[in-house]
Amino acid sequence: MNTPALTELLFKMADDQLILGHRNSEWTGFGPLLEEDIAFSSMAQDKVGHSQALYELLHSLGQPAPDEVAFLRPAGQFHNCIFVELPNGEYDFSLIRHFLYDTAESIRFELLRKSSFEPLAQLAHKIHGELRYHTLHANTWIKQLGTATEESISRLQHSLAFALPYALGIFERSPFEKELAADGIFEGEDVLQERWRAKVEEVISQTDLTLPAWNTIAPVLGGRQGKHSEHLTPLLDEMGEVFRIDPTASW
Amino acid sequence: MYGGGNTFEGIASDSLATEDPEKLAAFEARIARGEKIEPADWMPQLYRKQLIRMIEQHAHSEIIGALPEGTWITRAPGFKRKLALMAKVQDEVGHAQLLYSAAETLGKTREQMIQDLISGKSKYSNIFNYPAFTWADACFISWLVDAGAIVNQLANVKGSYGPYCRALDRICAEESFHLKYGHHCVIYLAAGTPKQREMFQEAINRWWAPMMHFFGPADKISAHTQVLMNWKVKMATNDDTRNQFLDMYVPKIWELGFTIPDPALRKNTETGRWEYTEPDWEEFKRVINGDGPCNKERLEVRRVAETRGRWVREALRSATMKYVEPLV
Repeated sequence: MNTPALTELLFKMADDQLILGHRNSEWTGFGPLLEEDIAFSSMAQDKVGHSQALYELLHSLGQPAPDEVAFLRPAGQFHNCIFVELPNGEYDFSLIRHFLYDTAESIRFELLRKSSFEPLAQLAHKIHGELRYHTLHANTWIKQLGTATEESISRLQHSLAFALPYALGIFERSPFEKELAADGIFEGEDVLQERWRAKVEEVISQTDLTLPAWNTIAPVLGGRQGKHSEHLTPLLDEMGEVFRIDPTASW
Repeated sequence: MYGGGNTFEGIASDSLATEDPEKLAAFEARIARGEKIEPADWMPQLYRKQLIRMIEQHAHSEIIGALPEGTWITRAPGFKRKLALMAKVQDEVGHAQLLYSAAETLGKTREQMIQDLISGKSKYSNIFNYPAFTWADACFISWLVDAGAIVNQLANVKGSYGPYCRALDRICAEESFHLKYGHHCVIYLAAGTPKQREMFQEAINRWWAPMMHFFGPADKISAHTQVLMNWKVKMATNDDTRNQFLDMYVPKIWELGFTIPDPALRKNTETGRWEYTEPDWEEFKRVINGDGPCNKERLEVRRVAETRGRWVREALRSATMKYVEPLV
């Protein structure tokens, strides 16, 4: 097994899940209706739980324990895409991000069910099952709000245009694409992106929203290499605020 | 959490004068027999009004109560605490949803209730008008404020209004996990470093007065509510629930080696009741009427959330919306 390639893959997935889970949890108490407050909290719990499971896999490959990697690393050592670290903004942006990101993740974990790294394949089975509810939730809301009022359609359209360049950053290529594919660990970001585009087109076509031509969107890259927006450091400072009072203490 | 310390207004002596005496007698007989009153059953206007007021206060306390603890979700130390606190606060928002539904069976819509919360017309539990400065404050809320709420809610489960009792049944089951979670957090602080112990001691010092206020004004100065007790709307007096809480939790706090900032606090072995310095009821009144450290902030958050989310709720009502079949 190619450990550096696998480690790189697991870190970016775990970091994505942790950061987006954290963002989703920020909706607690602020949702546009109680039911959405509760839904975003459920997804936050799933995502943070997924990140913990992925950090456990990394721990089994020799990395430090999950609490340590999640609560003590500086931003430059995080490999999440920039998309997930952006502030929640208004509900339309959070919903569009949830739709675009979870559509990709659902396909990613579907592919990983066939991974040659057996512990990852097993975990992917479980995570993929949970993500089904995330995409179900996203698709339902995109279809409802994307066909409802002039305001809801225009808000979603605006957020979609803003989000797409960042969404393409999800698929920033790893330096190990060839090795991962050759070893049967993961088919690769290009395969994932192609299937994601088809799925996004399918859902958006059932709404009054429009997608620009894919080749006109310039991807926002860098997150996978530890180059982040100004939003990640404050998020991590907040997340580690109590833990860092005394990292050797039991909380 | 978070129900407790409901405030009741005094009841005018002629408030039942317009009710049909025969129906009223039959209604009271049902309650005396231990039957539950259901939404479509006849009930006096006063009963309906007081129940709406009480359930609504409870629901508001759940969503406002999610705010001081919610700020600690993003700061919770470690995966175990982060996941548990998210689940706990989510439960509280779910309780609000259940309770608003229970209150709606009496004829007031959720929208109207939330409007009355934002305008300051409806009240919520006073304790959430105080700030949670540290992680230890969040732990105090999870353990002891929830404990206080459970004391109240277990009494109210035996009340007379069916939908409220059924909601409380579910809520109490979830609360028992919150209590375990809160206690677990506190044990880790108590058994931790000197800094951790100091954090929790400071939390007790900050929160003890609001905790004593939580159960509502002393019986001797409370509005006369005998008719509400007869109707099983109010199930226990404020002093009784306060005493029960002290009986259950003061020994546990002392056992962990913490002190409580009230030199007069002790159990009178002859009466079996707790004695304490009388809480400052003037402060209680001032805070519940809007002049506490966080009242404005709490309502402002709620108001902003309602305003920002309005377009979503309006879009859901849109006539052009197509029904989206679930699970396809």
